[in-house]
Amino acid sequence: MSNVKEILLNPIFNNNPIGLQILGICSALAVTTQMSVAAVMCIALTVVCAFSNFFISLIRARIPSSIRIIVQMTIIASLVIVVDQILGAVAYDISKQLTVFVGLIITNCIVMGRAEAFAMQNPPGLSFLDGLGNGLGYSAVLMSVAAIREFFGSGSLFGIQVMPLVTEGGWYTPMGLMLLAPSAFFIIGLLIWALRVWKKEQVEAPEYEIGQHTALSHS
Amino acid sequence: MEYYLSLFVRAVFIENMALVFFLGMCTFIAVSKKIETAIGLGIAVVVVQTITVPVNNLVYGFLLADGALAWAGYPEVDLSFLGYLSYIGLIAAMVQILEMFLDKYVPALYNSLGVFLPLITVNCAILGGSIFMVNRSYNFTESVVYGVGSGVGWAIAIVVLAGIREKMKYSDVPEGLRGLGITFITVGLMSLGFLSFGGISL
Repeated sequence: MSNVKEILLNPIFNNNPIGLQILGICSALAVTTQMSVAAVMCIALTVVCAFSNFFISLIRARIPSSIRIIVQMTIIASLVIVVDQILGAVAYDISKQLTVFVGLIITNCIVMGRAEAFAMQNPPGLSFLDGLGNGLGYSAVLMSVAAIREFFGSGSLFGIQVMPLVTEGGWYTPMGLMLLAPSAFFIIGLLIWALRVWKKEQVEAPEYEIGQHTALSHS
Repeated sequence: MEYYLSLFVRAVFIENMALVFFLGMCTFIAVSKKIETAIGLGIAVVVVQTITVPVNNLVYGFLLADGALAWAGYPEVDLSFLGYLSYIGLIAAMVQILEMFLDKYVPALYNSLGVFLPLITVNCAILGGSIFMVNRSYNFTESVVYGVGSGVGWAIAIVVLAGIREKMKYSDVPEGLRGLGITFITVGLMSLGFLSFGGISL
């Protein structure tokens, strides 16, 4: 039982796909100007990741290893097409705002990475949970970035005005930079910093140590 | 001619794949520690992008788009929902063919690109280029220009980042920010720089 919990919860903080494994950052940055758009993206990715893990794990014994990448790719692409068609039918406006990024779930390294690293060796049930866990880990980062960007960029959360804007007679002057591309990089960088101050073991070893000042080291 | 030039400049600078659309980030961050490897990967991306975007354009125009199968006698068939699957399959196949071709005829280039070619199949900049091309309904010539431009833009971005990271090795970065964290902040600053191209009207 604890094993199940571990597989589901580990990717959220201890082994976060974005923070530690540097996977799937592409879409993490592009769709985070509004929380509602980010939420749809998170659901889409979690669904694709969980089900692709499940299906790949189901047929894992029958996939010849020389063509496994193509087989995984086909399964993932088919799932993405299904998700894309459903989004187009149910949430047309949001799917327009997500533009190419739903399609890019195919090349999202989280999905491929988990299929290759976990689903190929584990039974379907566990693989499904692993996919779900990694999807949630991705969602945790995505939603926090989106919350910061939307809160400071347009003074609202999920489209509901929290801080009244100057342009509408309120007091908050929105930070335009938060809605532009660079802020996403800064926020992810700072989030990783915060995560690593909290979880010390994730700090990377320095590539190059700066030597002590010679005069000081002699004294 | 002027139109194509402005399309090219827009693809390279204003709509830079890596810094404005965040595409190909995983490889962008992971393979930018050394300038030489960054140049190798950059060239590989330009080559693959230049081939796949126009080829996907043909596939979309003659096989997938609504009514595109008219030449085969099926004017009412709309296969555009198969788009993603065909683009990614085509990209994987193209990379494979390119790899075999280079191995046979240009072994020097093959050896220098070797490791990076297979990586490119899962680079979102490549798939993103094709999807953008379809969304913006470029014609064949436009798709060639766009393919080259977006590839060059990505290559410039990764080489510049690798240059900065090589220098940064010698700086004393706070513990938790080391590696990934500081790289993101550097990319953020680069992206801020590229935003200034947004003001150019073409």
